[in-house]
Amino acid sequence: MKIGKLQGVGIAALSRFAQSDLADQLKLRKPVEKILYRGSKAGFQLAGAAARAFGPAKSTSGKQRLPGTTSSGLFDLSLSDEQLMMRETLQRFASEALRPAAHDADHHVAFPAELRAQAMELGLAYYAVPEALGGIASESAIVTQMLAAEDLGHGDFSLASALLAPIGVANALTRWGTAAQQAQYLPAFAGEQPPVAAIAVNEAVVLFNPQQLATKAERVANGYVLNGEKSLVIAGASAELLLIAAELNGKPKVFIVTGGTPGLSFNEDQAMGLKAAETVKLRLDHVEVDDSALLGDGDFDYQEFLDLGYLAWCAIATGTAQAVLDYVVPYVNEREAFGEPISHRQGVAFIVADMAIEVDAMRIMTWRAAALAEAGKPFHREAYLARLLCAEKAMQIGTNGVQLLGGHGFTKEHPVERWYRDLRAVAIQHGGLHL
Amino acid sequence: MNLENPKKFAMLVEQAKQVADNFYRPISRKYDKAEHAYPKELDMLASLLDGMNEGSSEATGATSASKRPSSDGDTGVRNSGNLSAALGAMELCRGDVGLLLSIPRQGLGNAAIGAVANDEQLARFKGKWAAMAITEPSCGSDSAAIRTTAVKDGDDYILNGEKIYVTAGARAECVVVWATLDKSLGKAAIKSFVVEHGTPGMEITRLEHKLGIKASDTAAILFTNCRVPAANLLGSPEIDLKKGFAGVMETFDNTRPLVAAMAVGVAAASIERLKELLAGHIDANYGTLPLNASHAEATLYRLEAEWEAARLLTLKAAWMADNKRPNSKEASICKAKAGRVANEVTLKCVELAASLGYGEDELLEKWSRDSKILDIFEGTQQIQQLIIARRVLGKSSAELK
Repeated sequence: MKIGKLQGVGIAALSRFAQSDLADQLKLRKPVEKILYRGSKAGFQLAGAAARAFGPAKSTSGKQRLPGTTSSGLFDLSLSDEQLMMRETLQRFASEALRPAAHDADHHVAFPAELRAQAMELGLAYYAVPEALGGIASESAIVTQMLAAEDLGHGDFSLASALLAPIGVANALTRWGTAAQQAQYLPAFAGEQPPVAAIAVNEAVVLFNPQQLATKAERVANGYVLNGEKSLVIAGASAELLLIAAELNGKPKVFIVTGGTPGLSFNEDQAMGLKAAETVKLRLDHVEVDDSALLGDGDFDYQEFLDLGYLAWCAIATGTAQAVLDYVVPYVNEREAFGEPISHRQGVAFIVADMAIEVDAMRIMTWRAAALAEAGKPFHREAYLARLLCAEKAMQIGTNGVQLLGGHGFTKEHPVERWYRDLRAVAIQHGGLHL
Repeated sequence: MNLENPKKFAMLVEQAKQVADNFYRPISRKYDKAEHAYPKELDMLASLLDGMNEGSSEATGATSASKRPSSDGDTGVRNSGNLSAALGAMELCRGDVGLLLSIPRQGLGNAAIGAVANDEQLARFKGKWAAMAITEPSCGSDSAAIRTTAVKDGDDYILNGEKIYVTAGARAECVVVWATLDKSLGKAAIKSFVVEHGTPGMEITRLEHKLGIKASDTAAILFTNCRVPAANLLGSPEIDLKKGFAGVMETFDNTRPLVAAMAVGVAAASIERLKELLAGHIDANYGTLPLNASHAEATLYRLEAEWEAARLLTLKAAWMADNKRPNSKEASICKAKAGRVANEVTLKCVELAASLGYGEDELLEKWSRDSKILDIFEGTQQIQQLIIARRVLGKSSAELK
C-alpha cells in the first residue's frame, strides 16, 4: 500500500481517535495533539512509493480525438433523453449519497472512501474515455459532463470537485494526449479501479497568473526536469497520476507525472473550503520525467486546457448556488419573526429573487460556453466571461445564503456556511478540473 | 444544445443592424435635442417593416410576440416570433431606443391586440398603430387599482379617467385603454378598450419632458365621457372572477422579454463604443486575467459578462415562449436582469470614458439616460423581483406584499 494511502488511512484513523472518548480516557489528547502539530510543521512528506504501473504505452488504435457535435443552427436549450436520464441518476446520487456525507467529510478533511466506489458505479469516467480505449465516448461530451458537474455540485461542492478531478485528467488525456500517452494512461480510467488523479496548476503567489508559472521545466537529455511548488492540488497526496503545469522555455506546458516519482513531495494545504477534496501543496524537487511526459501532440492549447477547467468550476458552482437557493427557500418560509414568516418581508424576498436571477445567469453563461466548446468552436471569450460572472455571483449567493439564516447560518448546524467557504474557490481556481 | 443566435435570423439581425447604424444613429442626437418633433424618417422604415411582415412567414415586431398557437403543427424545437422579435429589438436598440418606440404600427397596444383581440377585432385594427394606456397619476405598479371607468350605455361604453405616460400616445392612431367595468369587483373587472384618436371626449393634455428616450412621445390623455363602441372591448366582456387579470397580464409574459431585449441593445451600444475608445488600453483577446488587468479593463469585462448574461437570459425567455413553455418567471428574470444591467453598464461606460463619455459629442451619455426607463416601465425592477420572489417562495400577493 502506498505511503500516500497509508497517510490517508493514518490521518483518518487519527481523526477518529481524536474524536473518540478514548483520547480523553487515556489522557492522551494533549500529547497527541502536540505530536501532530510538530509533525505537520516538520514539512513535506515524501510522496507515496511507486504508484500503480500504467501502460504499456503501445497504441494499437492510434491517437483518439473526439469530434465536436453538430447542431441544427437553432437556439436550443433542450437536453437529450440520455442527458435527462443521466441527470436523474446523478441528482439522486447527489442528494442521497453526497449531501449526507458532506458535513462530516468537510469536518474530517477527508474524502469518504466508500463514496469513490459508489461514484465509480455511476460510470462518469466512461464519458471521458474513447470507445477504442475502453470507454464509451464517441464524440465530444463536454455539455453532458458540464451537466454532471452541476448536478454533483448540488450535492456538495468539495465532494463534487474531488470526484471530477480524476475525470478531468482523463478528459485532458483524451483531448490532448498522443497515441502513446492515451494508450498508456486512459484504459485505467475505464477499468476496475480508476486511478486517483489530479491537475496541478495553481501556485501560492499573489496575483497568480497561470501564463507565468514559477514551476519550471528544463529540457535535458531524454526528458525534462521539473522544479517548483503547486498549491491546492486536489487529493494530491493520493494521486497516482498528475498533470502538472510548468514553464518550458518561457511557455506554459503540461507534464504527465506519476505519483511516487522521486522528487515529488507534498504537504497539507488546507484551505477555507474544498476540505473534503484533501488539498495539498505539491513540491517538485528535481523531478525527472522522460520525453513522453510532455502532454500533447502539437495540438495542445494551454488556454483551452485552462478554460475547460474554469468551465468545470463554473458548473459545480452553479449546482452549489442552486443548492443554496433550494435550502434557504423553505427556511425563510418557516422562520417567523414579528408575527409572520420572514419570507413575507421584501428585504428577505428580494434577496431570494436576486439569488434566483443570478443562479440562472451563472447557468446560462456556463451552458453557452460549454455548448460552443462541444461544437468545436472558439470559446475562450465565453469561458472568460462565464468565469468572471460565476466567481462574483457564486460568492454573492454564498454570502447571502448565510445571511438569510441569520445566526443559525453561521453555525455548522446548517450547510450554508460550508457552501460559503467552498464557493469562494471559484474565483481562485486555475486548472484542477477539465471538462 | 446551442445558445448562439439562430442562423435563420442572421439576415433579420443584419437588416436591423443596418437600420440601427444607417437610419437611427445619424438622427439619434437630433431627436434627443428636439423632443416631440416627429421623426419623419421613420415612416419609410415602418413601410419597410410592414412589407417584411407581410412577405415573411416569420413575422417580426410587436404582433409577433404573441401567445397565439401557430398554425403549423411541427413538433421540433421552434425559433420563431418571440425570438426574432427579441433579436430584432436588441439590434435596433443598439441604434436608438426612443426611435424604436416610435416606429409606426409597432406599439405596445399592438402587442395587446395581438394577444387578446378576437378575429373580428384583429381584422378591424389591422395596420393601425396602437399605444397602450394603463398608468394613471396615482397608480403605476399597482395596475389593479386603476380608476378609469367604463360604464355600459346601450351598444357603447362611456370612459372616464386620466392616463399618463402613454408611449406614442400622440402619434399612434389609437390607444388601448385599461378601464374597470366595476371597481368593486377588483382585477377581474378590468378590461381593455381600443379608442381611436379623434373620438370625442379623448384629449391629449400634455407631452412629458423626460430624462431620456426623448424621440418617443410620452402623452397624458384625459377621457371625459368618452363614448367607445362595445365592439372595441378587446376579448370577452365577461367578468370572470376566477380568471381575474390573467388575459391581459399574459401579454406581459411576452412583452417583458422585449423590453429586456431593448435594454440589452442599448447596453451593447455602450460596450461597443467604449471598447473602441479604449482600444490600445485593453486586451481585445481577453488574455489578461481580471486580477492582473487595469481597473478600466477589469470593469469593462465585468460589465460585458453581466451584459452577456442578460442577453442570454432574454433569449431563453423568448425561446421558451416560442416553444410554448410557461415562461412567466423567466420573463421577469430577464426583465429584472437586463433592466439593472443596462443601467449599470451605460452609466459605467460614461464614467470609464471620462469627459468623452459625459459630453454630447459621443452618444454614451444619451444611452445612459435612455437606459433608465427600461428598468422602470413594463414592471419596475422591484415589481419583477416581487414576481420572481412570489414564484420561487410559493407566496401569494396577499402573503408577500
